[in-house]
Amino acid sequence: MTIETTGARHEALGLDEADLKKIYRAMLLARRVDERSWILNRQGKAAFVISCQGQEAAQIGTAYNLRPGYDYLYPYYRDSGMTLFLGQTPRDQLLSLMGKREDPNSGGRQMPGHFSSRDLNIVTASAPVGVQYPQAAGSALAFKMRGEDGVVVACGGEASTSGGDWHEAMNFAGIHDLPMIFLVENNVYAISVPSKLQVAGSIAKRAEGYGFPGTEVDGNDVLAVYEAAKEAVERARRGDGPTLIEARTYRITAHSSDDDDRRYREREEIEEWRLKDPIIRFEKYLVENGLLADEEQEAMEQEIKAEVAEASEYAENAPFAEPDEALTGVYAEA
Amino acid sequence: MAEKNLLQAIHEGLAEEMRADETVMVLGEDVGRAGGVFRVTQGLQEEFGAARVMDTPLAESLIIGSAIGLSVNGMRPVAEIQFADFITPAFDQIVNEAAKFYYRSNGAWNVPLTIRAPYGAVPGGALYHSQSIEAWFCNTPGLKVVAPTFPADARAMLKSAIRDPNPVLFLEHKRTYRLIKEDVPDEAPEVPLNSARVHREGDDITVISYGLMLYTALEVAGKLSDEHGVETEVVEPRTLYPLDKETILNSVKKTGKVLIVSEANITGSVSGEIAAVVSAEAFEWLDAPVMRLGAPDTPAAPFARPGMDAFVPDAQKIEAAMLELARY
Repeated sequence: MTIETTGARHEALGLDEADLKKIYRAMLLARRVDERSWILNRQGKAAFVISCQGQEAAQIGTAYNLRPGYDYLYPYYRDSGMTLFLGQTPRDQLLSLMGKREDPNSGGRQMPGHFSSRDLNIVTASAPVGVQYPQAAGSALAFKMRGEDGVVVACGGEASTSGGDWHEAMNFAGIHDLPMIFLVENNVYAISVPSKLQVAGSIAKRAEGYGFPGTEVDGNDVLAVYEAAKEAVERARRGDGPTLIEARTYRITAHSSDDDDRRYREREEIEEWRLKDPIIRFEKYLVENGLLADEEQEAMEQEIKAEVAEASEYAENAPFAEPDEALTGVYAEA
Repeated sequence: MAEKNLLQAIHEGLAEEMRADETVMVLGEDVGRAGGVFRVTQGLQEEFGAARVMDTPLAESLIIGSAIGLSVNGMRPVAEIQFADFITPAFDQIVNEAAKFYYRSNGAWNVPLTIRAPYGAVPGGALYHSQSIEAWFCNTPGLKVVAPTFPADARAMLKSAIRDPNPVLFLEHKRTYRLIKEDVPDEAPEVPLNSARVHREGDDITVISYGLMLYTALEVAGKLSDEHGVETEVVEPRTLYPLDKETILNSVKKTGKVLIVSEANITGSVSGEIAAVVSAEAFEWLDAPVMRLGAPDTPAAPFARPGMDAFVPDAQKIEAAMLELARY
């Protein structure tokens, strides 16, 4: 009975077995690339790591609704799962991790996690938090002005809703019914500051004040996120305006490789959330529904392991840009 | 050909670019139905519609941030900051975002964005409708900062700014909007965003200036020629960042004496950068110390007229400085 009910869940969303496996593989790949990044950091081969661990469901569940290279994404620094899914490769991300010339985000100019791809319409990301929201609203306005059905997704953590840029963009998106989605990946921590010191009331409910729907979803349930994002994307494509999605999740790792989170949170809290790991949860769903056999899962792991190892080796051996290249490309030529 | 003031010339340049390219659009506070507080965009909404001439909420970071987003999705926005003094909420979007998109994406994303901002002291403008904010932005690689003074230049340079693939901060001195008039030919030559202009040739001293101060310096230069036989070469940078060093240095090498005049706070000003360039690259041609005249290091022009007059250099102060230099 349980199986039948849960089985209907993905079917009701219009997802078939192939979709589910694609989603699962994307989550797993993001996790493994991320884990590899930490190893490279500990080996002294990567100066800095910033992680997506724990947020894979929020990211893949949303990205699965987008058309890469047509819709626009304004990611934030944890969105490696999102950008991998849209078309970046493990090689791309590890080249970026090690600051190599071939890094497609920036040619080794930016820290890892500052994604960019003109081909995939992933707009170059910054480090100051929240600046992407007004920009995303502008890109959505351009779609609307031209009468195109493009959608813009702008992402950030819960702390990105504290600054003015988020509210200015929410207001503007509401005024003009812009085809955009505000995806807030609420992972409880802004470095050390917990959400109870960051967020007054409910983030999701703020949308109502700006005149459009806001929804809170279990950010560790990939199907729940997919459903919310699907509705939001369809609404935007219809020209009905923006949606705010607050995906409640948890940052499993420290803020970055330069952060020691033992200073501000208990190990027990992390362990509790590890039990709610979005990948384990989805795996369980797939197994319970007879959609993922052990040997299939193992084969997928092996395939990903090989892919990540190859990417890692490639990135390690790839050259840095020449020093003089840092002095070029300040202005675009007409 | 018709005589136009600065305001009309800018309006005309904007309207022409909008007619020629449907991706060119205007956004800002009061730019639509009202036509802007200075009337630069008057009539544009009627001609091009409310979408292409958009009244935005009163939020400068949003204005520039959304303009960046428009620019990377096929549009060529011209964003208006109502008074340059109000640009600070958008500082992050201009300096950390628009100016760095191209470099940080290794050439993938460029930002064809023009930001118009009226600057400079006007009677009654007081602290927050008066400031000369150019120096804040002339330390930002990736951004171009232009400040044309004369109508024909302004029309041509606005067109260049709109067509430029990079973000351009386009500064308009408010007090010269209606003060300066000249013939603005319909088929004017292009003015690139890297060229200074020599307004008046002379062998005795060089004065480098822009905005209202340039206008005043040109009047004083005429007077000095008539009354003292001092021949002043007057150079207008037009583009404040990056500077056309060659034109500046050529003039200084000819006269050996240079005075830089602006109404910005003197310390850390564009004048200081010009002085440094001259000192470093034309030292052996100098016959006098590099001189500067500017506003004192007090916050901005006061509301009361005597206070404002004490803040902004006037013709008398400029004349005294030019004579001092000539006699050095």
